[in-house]
Amino acid sequence: MLIEALLAVTFLSAVAVLAAPEKWAAKLAAALSLLPLAGSLLLYSRYDGAGNALLQSGTPAFETTRQWISFGEYALQWHVGLDGVSLPLVALTAVMTTLAVVTAWNYIDDRRSEFYALLLFTEASLFGVFAALDFFVWFVFWEFVLVPLYLLVAVWGGPRRSYAAIKFFVYTNVASLVLFVGFMLVVFASPVESFDLAAVAAAVRGDELTTFYGLAPDTVTTIAFFALFFGFAVKTALVPFHTWLPDAYTEAPTPVTLVLAGVVTKMGTYSLLRFNVTMFPETTREFAPLLGALAVVTVLYGSFVAVSQQDLKRIVAYTSIPSMGFVLLGLVTYTTYGLSGATFQMVSHGVLIGLLFLAVGAIERSTDTRMVDKLSGVASEMPVTASLFVAGAFGYMGLPLMSGFAAEFFIFTGSFQAAYANAALITAVAMFGIVVIAGYLLWTMQRVLFGPYAVDTDAAVADPARSALAPGVALVLLAIGLGVAPDVFMGMIQDSINAILGGGV
Amino acid sequence: MVELPPLSPQYVLGLAALLVLAVDTLSPGDRKDGLLAAIAAAGTLTATGLAVWFAWAGTGSDALTAFEGALVVDDLALFFTVLVGSVAALVVVASYDYVREHAHAAEYYALVLLATTGMSALAAANSLATVFVALELVSIPSYVLVGFLKSNKDSVEASMKYFLVGALSSAVMLYGLSLVYGATGSLALPEVAAAASEQSLGGVFGVGVLMVLGGFLFKTASVPFHFWAPEAYEGAPAPISAFLSSASKAAGFAAAFRVFTVAFPLDAVASTVNWALVLAVLAAVTMTLGNFAAARQEAVKRMLAYSSIGHAGYVLIGLAALAGDADGLVLGASMMHLFAYGFMNTGAFLFVALAEHWGVGETFEDYEGLGRRAPVASLAMTVFVFSLAGLPVGAGFLSKYFLFASAVDAGFVWLVAIALVNSALSLYFYSRVVTSLWGESERDFDIRSRPAGLYAAVVAAGVVTVLLLVAFDPVADTAVSAATALLG
Repeated sequence: MLIEALLAVTFLSAVAVLAAPEKWAAKLAAALSLLPLAGSLLLYSRYDGAGNALLQSGTPAFETTRQWISFGEYALQWHVGLDGVSLPLVALTAVMTTLAVVTAWNYIDDRRSEFYALLLFTEASLFGVFAALDFFVWFVFWEFVLVPLYLLVAVWGGPRRSYAAIKFFVYTNVASLVLFVGFMLVVFASPVESFDLAAVAAAVRGDELTTFYGLAPDTVTTIAFFALFFGFAVKTALVPFHTWLPDAYTEAPTPVTLVLAGVVTKMGTYSLLRFNVTMFPETTREFAPLLGALAVVTVLYGSFVAVSQQDLKRIVAYTSIPSMGFVLLGLVTYTTYGLSGATFQMVSHGVLIGLLFLAVGAIERSTDTRMVDKLSGVASEMPVTASLFVAGAFGYMGLPLMSGFAAEFFIFTGSFQAAYANAALITAVAMFGIVVIAGYLLWTMQRVLFGPYAVDTDAAVADPARSALAPGVALVLLAIGLGVAPDVFMGMIQDSINAILGGGV
Repeated sequence: MVELPPLSPQYVLGLAALLVLAVDTLSPGDRKDGLLAAIAAAGTLTATGLAVWFAWAGTGSDALTAFEGALVVDDLALFFTVLVGSVAALVVVASYDYVREHAHAAEYYALVLLATTGMSALAAANSLATVFVALELVSIPSYVLVGFLKSNKDSVEASMKYFLVGALSSAVMLYGLSLVYGATGSLALPEVAAAASEQSLGGVFGVGVLMVLGGFLFKTASVPFHFWAPEAYEGAPAPISAFLSSASKAAGFAAAFRVFTVAFPLDAVASTVNWALVLAVLAAVTMTLGNFAAARQEAVKRMLAYSSIGHAGYVLIGLAALAGDADGLVLGASMMHLFAYGFMNTGAFLFVALAEHWGVGETFEDYEGLGRRAPVASLAMTVFVFSLAGLPVGAGFLSKYFLFASAVDAGFVWLVAIALVNSALSLYFYSRVVTSLWGESERDFDIRSRPAGLYAAVVAAGVVTVLLLVAFDPVADTAVSAATALLG
């Protein structure tokens, strides 16, 4: 019942913050957000499952199954549990939310109770997404995430908040509808009479699908695979389904961007692994060259567009896109290294992108601008903020002993070993993206942080308060910690990944 | 322990209506809105509670008949009594602040209670005669309630239109009933079915069935008898719009479900008149027309009115799909959708009532930025419209899903495909409300008064809409077993 307790504590914290007086909201939210954080650490310390939650049904850690609704012969179940893939993301969610709450102290002055309540509500919904093992439970939480995020962007966002919020909402909702239909197709075509992910996965992997309304089983599988892929690709913001992302990231207030970029896009990559890769291994292998090519396009397109941006926040937003391309590249390899690296990258990317957005937020608040051409030599006045940005950027470039290095190393190793045609070529082209990313990040740092100080503003440019920098320092420590000792998560990730691959490297 | 008569909920509702009038007669001069509202609320809640208790205790599982079989208390009757009772309770509570500003408070509450009595009787009607009487008991108070704002031109015009269309469709239905009686020699629903299956009845019977169908289509605001609905819902006081578009529609469907499955079972009458085919076409047209018209509206209330027609189209799938591999599932799913719809649609109209109370305005633009000033009510409205659109923030997601899935199961993929397109379209106009509420606007609203009754009703409807998502099992169970029992 630990997962239920975690969900309940987080939901109740949201309600408590909503009910609390405005002036207590910030501190109360921070204090309450420590509870799920402690809870996720407790889950981590007590985790002993070695299986994959989908494929070794019966053995996910902290599992609960309860009858929810029965309808005809179909049963909807409350079924949750964690494995080595989802637990790191639960921990990431808890960490990022706490940091977002602390960051918000310095950003949000308006309607604070509602803001913090929605943030905690998002956290609880994200926990639900990562822990759910029944499609309906998963889908309810998946859509639950949207509503608070929509409100957070629409109410507290930047000047174009309405446009960004609607775009985000419409894109992800259409995607949800498509993936819903795709999943239903598989369930109705299979003899399974529940929406339990493990049961459906077993049916698909065991070739138990039957002809459905004249569609051959193979056709059903392919349609469902791509319907699901489309749904997750939009959430992950793979090119060409990425256009909601720069707007949403740029218009969202910094604490919300932290959650959006740090965790919400991981819902997509996590689900790609959970549904597409795990349930449809044959189809994944069959289309691996195509998907690998899409990953390369995502990497290159994202990084080249980032080069042409003038707005610091948009640069960081576009920087997020190639990383998701690397995750996809790792996922289609179907090797232990590739899949583990992709999963590790989900966590690592959350930490690093959060770091960059924090630094950009601090620079914007202090200098009143985000335009690269109006900033110069910021490091001399804001040394700590600049260091955070540099740390984040180096992590992004894959500096050894930082989390990005471990993740990308595994992904590329796996990708070179992948069995599909032209895997080595595709990997080599994708790796070129790292060079572009490193190039424009260095160039950006050169222009914004270093050189002579020349910022045209009346405000005194200085590092923000300690409470605004503390989350950044924590993220740097996390990035280094994960880089030095990736085994904190890597061990449990690999155990679960090996189950997907059928054991053995 | 004394055994309560099976029709207790209906008795309680009727008595509460009389009590409201009696209290008003005893002291005609004073205003006593609180007392009247309390009696009305207590009446509806008691009736609902009794129906829930009966359903819980299993009264409905072996149907009890009263008045020589003219009324029957089974799961279907109890299910819809709970539904209309809950909606009536919400409407009564919400009306408190509304009615206080007008004369004739007692008449208002009495009419709402009488209409509710009629609705629950409609759900229990087991003879074509009681169907008609109950239908009129619903309709006549409704005409008056729509025109309750008698100094408001729109309200009076709406009432007039509603009355004229209503009178016409009553006449059509009555003529249909007499044809059916002429052909079968009986008014009791099971006997009609027996007569229909024993011998092949001629065209007179078929025409009768279609004319009866017309009466139900009017009551449920389905194509082609839907013209009155947008006008009536828009002109009526907003709580009454909520009442008509949720409870009255549900009661109409309750009777339609019973009449078409018990009196005109498809296997007995299909050779004479294949009503399922007619309904399948009408379902497709109704939902498409309703949703497309809703997408073109600028006023929130009109949008809700048209989308209410769209939802009638979804529910019709339940009857139409009986032509397929029929079991109780698809009919039960229609009932579930009506149940969820009862709360989310009532809540949405009550939110409009709240906005009217504040003088916010009618169009989407007028709502802009309201979320910042009235966050709790706006959050509830967000839940209502998202749930109406079928997003899993409320029970509407599950009910819509069950409806579509069971229709696919029954072999009506084409109908579900149309419904899915409609449902996706509806997301557009429903999310427009949300966008307006939370969008950017520096407009300052004059929201000083917080009408307690209206607020309480909106929040209660919101809480139920969300809670039903988690606790849907009893609703699903009752609906499916009621539908299965109906199909025999």
